[in-house]
Amino acid sequence: MARILKAREGQVTRSRISVDGAPDLDCDRRSVAGSVSQRACTFCGSRVVLYPIADALHLVHGPVGCAVYTWDIRGALSSGPQLHRLSFSTDLRERHVVFGGEQQLEASLVELIARHRPNAAFVYATCIVGVIGDDVDAVCRAVSGRTGIPVIPVRSEGFRGSKRDGYSAACRALESLVGTAPTDGVTAHSVNLLGDFNLAGEIWIIRDYLERLGVQVVANLTGDGRVADIRRAHGAALNLVQCSGSTVGLAEHLRERYGQPYLRVSYFGFEDMAEALYGVARHFKDPQMMLRAREIVAEGITEAMPVIRAVRPDLEGKRAAIYVGGAFKAVSLVRALRTLGMRTVMVGSQTGTAEDYRTLTALCDPGTVVVDDSNPLELASFLVEEDVDLFVGGVKERPVAYKLGVAFCDHNHERKIALEGFVGMANFAKEVHASVTSPVWQLTPRRRREPSPSPLPGAVR
Amino acid sequence: MLDHTPVAVMERHALRINPAKTCQPIGALYAASGLHRCLPHSHGSQGCCSYHRSHLTRHFREPVMASSSSFTEGASVFGGASNLVQALGTIFSTYGPDVVAVHTTCLSETIGDDIPSIIARAREEGAIPDGKHVIHASTPSYSGSHVTGFAAMAAGMVNYFAEEPTSSRRRKDGRTRVNIVPGFVEPSDMREVRRIAELMNLTPTVLPDTSGVLDAPATGTYEFYPKGGVTVDELRGLGRAVATVALGPQASRAAAVAVENRCYVPREILDLPIGIAATDRFVGVLRRRAAYEVPGELLDERGQLVDLMADARQHLHGKKVAIFGDPDHVVAMAEFVADLGMRPVHILTGTPGKSFEKRVGTLLAGRSPDANVRSRGDLFLLHQWMKNDPVDLLIGTSYGKHLARAEDVPFVRYGWPILDRFGHSYFPSVGYRGGLRLMEKILDALLDRRDRDAPDEEFELIL
Ligand code: SF4
Ligand code: SF4
Repeated sequence: MARILKAREGQVTRSRISVDGAPDLDCDRRSVAGSVSQRACTFCGSRVVLYPIADALHLVHGPVGCAVYTWDIRGALSSGPQLHRLSFSTDLRERHVVFGGEQQLEASLVELIARHRPNAAFVYATCIVGVIGDDVDAVCRAVSGRTGIPVIPVRSEGFRGSKRDGYSAACRALESLVGTAPTDGVTAHSVNLLGDFNLAGEIWIIRDYLERLGVQVVANLTGDGRVADIRRAHGAALNLVQCSGSTVGLAEHLRERYGQPYLRVSYFGFEDMAEALYGVARHFKDPQMMLRAREIVAEGITEAMPVIRAVRPDLEGKRAAIYVGGAFKAVSLVRALRTLGMRTVMVGSQTGTAEDYRTLTALCDPGTVVVDDSNPLELASFLVEEDVDLFVGGVKERPVAYKLGVAFCDHNHERKIALEGFVGMANFAKEVHASVTSPVWQLTPRRRREPSPSPLPGAVR
Repeated sequence: MLDHTPVAVMERHALRINPAKTCQPIGALYAASGLHRCLPHSHGSQGCCSYHRSHLTRHFREPVMASSSSFTEGASVFGGASNLVQALGTIFSTYGPDVVAVHTTCLSETIGDDIPSIIARAREEGAIPDGKHVIHASTPSYSGSHVTGFAAMAAGMVNYFAEEPTSSRRRKDGRTRVNIVPGFVEPSDMREVRRIAELMNLTPTVLPDTSGVLDAPATGTYEFYPKGGVTVDELRGLGRAVATVALGPQASRAAAVAVENRCYVPREILDLPIGIAATDRFVGVLRRRAAYEVPGELLDERGQLVDLMADARQHLHGKKVAIFGDPDHVVAMAEFVADLGMRPVHILTGTPGKSFEKRVGTLLAGRSPDANVRSRGDLFLLHQWMKNDPVDLLIGTSYGKHLARAEDVPFVRYGWPILDRFGHSYFPSVGYRGGLRLMEKILDALLDRRDRDAPDEEFELIL
């Protein structure tokens, strides 16, 4: 077994034949101080969720770094305004740390709102703001009064918790927007899309399916999001919640506050995508809609199948490892890889809940390694021990995989191709195939136990 | 995406828009990764560390390791001493480094954690095994930038390890030792300054040295500590050199001063050896210190650069250039493009420090009299300048790509970070060879544009 921090032993398990046999993962706790964790902070979580709202101003109140690292790094596409892609920071200096940064914040907001005329402003508090004690709420209220647009504080000081706590802070910010505009024109068959960030234009694929179902999409929260839509999101009949961690809190709130039911869905892979559409049709109890859903599913799968069929022979039996931000996504990925004939031998996430890990343990083949909040050493040793052919992960994992000569597929926010929907499954298949069968792996010693690189042409064997 | 930028420039005090710098800790982390078998450690909340690693990985496309004190609400009130002590215990027992290089963050600085005394406590409590080292640098990001963070950690290495020499400064093989602080540059640049010093018959200690760490080969194994990096023994021996050459004052001066203070080794503060004149000055200093004539090999490299400068002269002459990025990089590049007969008209860095403006003024010596020069600027300001006085070429980090597109200007990626291209860590920009490479990039950008825009009848095979 890989070298695992003593204090982390409870955060790694192997799935068993019976689910009851496997212990619950000791997840959702702080990383051990001193570990090389792949985890981020509260601010990161908030920024991830709110960033795609394209006609809002996003001002990072803090020193410059926190703003730089979240500047135009996600391919959360907008069909209109691009304001979210600029980086605004109060760039706090020593004197602000001593005397407070409220004036700085207020002046920045006023200047930016006058110039960019956003429909709302989000102000992110970073660690240092929490410590110097600026009254961000008061400044936001004052500026909102002066400018007439919602100016919303996001309590995202990094030390307050994990990325998941940042999701909640973002949800609270969104809650303050929802319900502030009339819902005229919202139909009975209407939904909001929660927890989709329109990476590589994915939300457009989903919206297209829903429109073909005859369902009106009121607001995207938050991919390709617009303030005006979000303000009237409470009018929709149903919330579709993707991405387990990020927006389920908001959905809960909306259910309590406005009686809006929600449905947890995933748009990755044939099964989950189809189930999402069927779920919507079932919810609206409309047999016509169910027929249309079947049509969409049939058509989508028919279109994607030739691609799957073409790549499957090369992928059959290959071994995959998954390490992603949210565990819900990991579930879909295990299924999608199975569609390609691949076996998941390791799966983990940064922010999964005990329930997520139970689901994963039940879903995976016996013996699969299940981990919470891993680190590169541990991941690398799993890749080697489990003899992995493909690693699905994010930016920090990619070079580790490549060093080991393991193929890689980006399934986090830096991905450049749409992976949602039926067409997304075809894209995923192509991407996985391209990576696994790349000629470059012939040149790297694939696995440690294999002999050193093949001799150069002409060399004596 | 940038259609909001107004043409009229007004003074802003309260706000940074599209920054041209980032925070100190990431520079400290980068510097520390150039120390052999060192694990950089971020004393603060988890988020900073995660961002820094991702950002460095995006540029170098290599695994970047660092641990964090994982501050929580409690630590933000009561201080992070116990987090750091616990962290050091975890690090040595799990990751087994020889050195842990602690840098602070905005948060731990504001709380006021006293790192040396926490390290002492950790040692007392047995969290640091015998023979292992913990060093530190203070790097709050409400002052300086990533460049000064690099400088602080480079100086930290000196302060913790450099010893007064007890034996002779002469090496047995007759070669003279020299210390080189290479600046916040690519691994390839660090390799290249070493090569040049060796050609000058010197034995260099390059500190820090990320070559072999952040440009490590694919071997089929994952090395948590790749084979590169300056070693603790080399750092102990810094006092045996005849001089410490600091390349780029902002990133390297502090370490050179530290060596001088601790070991009485004189310092030589130079510009980054980018372009012909700055490389001449670098080689000149090495020649003097080594008392060794410049070998033919290096003279030939210089001659090739001069040759290319002559060959391509007519395509460069009078072209207006905007340059932004880290101060040491920008200063050197401004001089180089002026030496190429171009006109640097907008020259900007995000890092604060008036010495930047002065140095640019000195090096340009009236060659671009109306140039806009600014430290502590941002890309919003640069964009406004470019609207008011358009340029033929933009040189800077990947963050310039939005400007280049908005103003339809040819763009050469140069400096750190480069997030959207590949291979930059393998080829040097420093030295005469680096000059050749930079010229090739500049000429490709200008001539590709010329070809793109030429009407059919003027679209020529031979340029
Ligand atoms: S808090 Fe400071 S150290 Fe951390 S990312 Fe922000 S600017 Fe950098
Ligand atoms: S300072 Fe706090 S908010 Fe900013 S990146 Fe670091 S942990 Fe996150």
